[in-house]
Amino acid sequence: MDDLLSEFLTETAESLDVVDVELVRFESNPGDKATLNNIFRLVHTIKGTCGFIGLPRLESIAHAGETLLGKFRDGALPVTPASVTLVLASVDRIKLILAHLAAEQVEPPGDDRDLIAQLERVSQGEAIAPTPKPAPAPVISAPVVVAEVTPGPEAQEGEGRWDGDQGRFLRPGEVSLADLEAAFMNTECPEVQEIKPVVAAVAAVAAVVEHDDEKKGAIGANTIRVNVDVLESLMTMVSELVLTRNQLMQILRNSVDSEFKAPLQRLSGVTAELQEAVMKTRMQPIGSAWKKLPRIVRDASQDLGKKIDLQMEGENTELDRQVLELIKDPLTHMIRNSCDHGVETTEQRIAAGKSETGVIKLRAYHEGGHIIIEVSDDGAGLNTDRIRQKAVEKGVIDATEAMAMTDPQIHRLVFAPGFSTAAKVTNMSGRGVGMDVVKTNVEQIGGTIDLRSSFGAGSTFIIKIPLTLAIISALIVGVEDHRFALPQLSVIELVRAGRRSEHRIEMINTTRVLRLRDRMLPLVALSDVLGLMVDDGSNDRSACIVVMQVGETRFGLIVDEVFDTEEIVVKPLSKRLGSMSEYSGATILGDGSVIMILDPNGISRSIANVERTVSRLLDEQTRAAAAARAAQETQTRISMLLFTAGGSEPRACPLSLVTRLEEIDASTFEMTSRGLVVQYRGRLMPLASGGGAIRREGRQPMLVFSQGTLAVGLAVDSILDIVEDLLDFQLTDQAPGVLGTAVLKGRSTEIIDVSHYLGQAEPAWASAAVQLDVRANRKRILLIESHPFFRNLLAPMVSAAGYDVTVASGLEEARARLAAGATFDVVLADADGAVITEVEGAQVIQMSSRRDGDAVPKSDRHALLDAIQRAIHRGEAA
Amino acid sequence: MSTCEFVTFHIADQLFGLGVTEIHDVFRPARMTPVPLSGSEIAGVLNIRGRIVTAIDAHSRLGLRQRENSTNDKSLAIGVEYGGESFGMLIDEIGDVVRLDDGDKEQNPVNLDATWSRVSRGVYRLEGRLLIIMDIDRMLDGGGGAERAAA
Repeated sequence: MDDLLSEFLTETAESLDVVDVELVRFESNPGDKATLNNIFRLVHTIKGTCGFIGLPRLESIAHAGETLLGKFRDGALPVTPASVTLVLASVDRIKLILAHLAAEQVEPPGDDRDLIAQLERVSQGEAIAPTPKPAPAPVISAPVVVAEVTPGPEAQEGEGRWDGDQGRFLRPGEVSLADLEAAFMNTECPEVQEIKPVVAAVAAVAAVVEHDDEKKGAIGANTIRVNVDVLESLMTMVSELVLTRNQLMQILRNSVDSEFKAPLQRLSGVTAELQEAVMKTRMQPIGSAWKKLPRIVRDASQDLGKKIDLQMEGENTELDRQVLELIKDPLTHMIRNSCDHGVETTEQRIAAGKSETGVIKLRAYHEGGHIIIEVSDDGAGLNTDRIRQKAVEKGVIDATEAMAMTDPQIHRLVFAPGFSTAAKVTNMSGRGVGMDVVKTNVEQIGGTIDLRSSFGAGSTFIIKIPLTLAIISALIVGVEDHRFALPQLSVIELVRAGRRSEHRIEMINTTRVLRLRDRMLPLVALSDVLGLMVDDGSNDRSACIVVMQVGETRFGLIVDEVFDTEEIVVKPLSKRLGSMSEYSGATILGDGSVIMILDPNGISRSIANVERTVSRLLDEQTRAAAAARAAQETQTRISMLLFTAGGSEPRACPLSLVTRLEEIDASTFEMTSRGLVVQYRGRLMPLASGGGAIRREGRQPMLVFSQGTLAVGLAVDSILDIVEDLLDFQLTDQAPGVLGTAVLKGRSTEIIDVSHYLGQAEPAWASAAVQLDVRANRKRILLIESHPFFRNLLAPMVSAAGYDVTVASGLEEARARLAAGATFDVVLADADGAVITEVEGAQVIQMSSRRDGDAVPKSDRHALLDAIQRAIHRGEAA
Repeated sequence: MSTCEFVTFHIADQLFGLGVTEIHDVFRPARMTPVPLSGSEIAGVLNIRGRIVTAIDAHSRLGLRQRENSTNDKSLAIGVEYGGESFGMLIDEIGDVVRLDDGDKEQNPVNLDATWSRVSRGVYRLEGRLLIIMDIDRMLDGGGGAERAAA
């Protein structure tokens, strides 16, 4: 292609991108003169260059656009969305023509009368037909076009005067060459210069390649253009240099002092610097991938009739050029998703009490060798139930699994292949592609994607991508005679298991697992993954297990040997090998041998089924007698005190709530205005009945509950037993005083609501303001728990451990307390309800009644107290 | 009459030829790394002057019995470039360079095995032997059968 033409194409494409962004910005801020001037200048330059090179079609459109912009600039025309849409439409048309130009080197045949006519009409002040308010569902691409499609007769010919000099009709806004010359002649000036057509003169200046100092823009004056291939080969050579340097250093390490040491050290340092500098050339600010997004959001919000604002933060965060290319499409897709499905219509938002304008926020920042990109919206969020339903319908998961999954797990189903409703399209252009393709694309570059959503509040997608692609840290492992490289990023730890070590490989059914710190880790042998023949008896042998994490899947890879960690250059595989999911590339080690780099994603996929099987088997084991339904997965049993009170049916309460079991001489009971009391350990203790009448003589069995200085005695008929059982709790709202029923020791047993009885006897019990000896070093814990059962379970438990406990039955109450000035060291937050993640000045611990990710199980006293201790240490260290 | 120069080589007992311009080099593959699960046509990968070269097992590709000693010291490979990537095709013996007339090239014999005729551009009858001119592109393209699709 002609050099001049290809230069023109590159530059014009860049300018148009800037025009897009600037126009959107200008539209929301019409008073911004600087932006408007910038836009005008860019369009003007494009027009000039087109005229110079001889591209009449482009020149005409640019001219018409420029005229309209000129009217904006002069204030002769108000800036309306319709008119801006029109300018954007002409930008699009120019892009179309450019594309044809790039392919065929000539402008496409045809003309743009329709577009130009509209532009001229608007420039001359004629109103465009008011854009019909689009209905929520149908998508209208250009509302403006509704009225003005057929140009009137005056637009056909003779739209202006005929200029004999130029041999064409004048466009609106143009003057004839003769007039221009006349004007020049008549003005007084020292020299009268030969005037070439205005167009060409301007174009001559524009055709100069170096940027004018006047031109403001992101590109400063200290940059040059370099062909991408040159950079690539530079990168490859530097990588080879690094490898050779590594080889030399290895040899150096093994030799005694030689005269080579010093120069080689110096060489090594220089190589490292060179490597860093070359890596930098590949780094580009992520803002360049975001350039098209404001326009997309603007168009989408117009089409859908919603008000959407796009906020971008961290445009200057840099990442590798290659990665940038690869995430452009996924980002576009996610933004469109947010516009289509995330942000609600204006009416819906107002009805929900939100602001009219939905906000989509793009955030990018660096964190620990990765670049994190967040796409969040304050829209409708994910409808967990609908997703669950849809997933079961599509057969992505079965009904049992669906019930057992937590909300975040359900949300992540949107990434599952087969979940999206659209047919699979491999070319991602934001049309009909599912989130599973986005996930695959992100994972292909070694990244991860996750999402958080809150129904009614919005969703956030988080993409995490490693900063460098070319050189990675890898762990070299061996199986049989082969060696392989495992990317360090996915390796969590190394464990040696076997007869003589503390870790043992166990079998569940036919699956091998490792019990690692109370978690069951599914194991897979690398030899199996790769189909290598190994002699068995592997359970007896001592094995090295590499604990890996890919996304949410954690598993252990059994290998024969672990060598060391090395920095390796990832070399792409031949296309024939590239389709294999087990490998992500190859590398040349310091000794010149080639080893394959394993792809953790590929391996984890092959054991995903294994993990599911293991979890299922574990569930069956631990649930024992309970029926298969959505039960809490818990491995700790709760001690329950069985007793009778007012009947022969057994009743129960959690043993941990009970401070003491007593049998008291009933004749010592005294009657007061508040009821029966007894002198107990130096204090007056009120009595309550657990169901039957309180004896007045003889010995009365009693459960003593105390909290701080408050104590209440619950009179029961007889104490039956203490059992440890998994609490298979079924809620019922029966009579007050009963929380529900559970099956304990095979019998249906009523669980009493201790707080009810205690509240009867001691009203102060209900308010949780605990008076304790004020000791300066008692830590204050805020327990937020909506469920009375757990409240009664946890509060005394934590308090008995020596903490100052304040109980709140929900977020409102908690906030009220905090607002009233109460401060806490640790907040135990109920992750089952509304989530609170941050409290000023306190460490927050999430608790859950199900085994849910990082949350501490509520029933696990040990883990809870542990977590509190750790949180306190963290708080003290902060 | 235009002529062409061919490098001849043996795979099993059959004589093949490739145009001299198609061959990058001939080398002795050292320290080849096998790639588990890659299929029998891929003998492994090698490091040649810093580049990763994919080694193709011609025997397997042509449907012949596997060689017993695939990492024989005496084995040779013909290095070619295809699609921007480097390949090495393992052969048994290298032969001479011959110059032949285009006009003498004949079509594939009708009873030639399907796999073979696909990778053959034509044959020459040399004194008592058949020389098959190999289509290297088709040879490296892969039979497809032994490859695994992406999981």
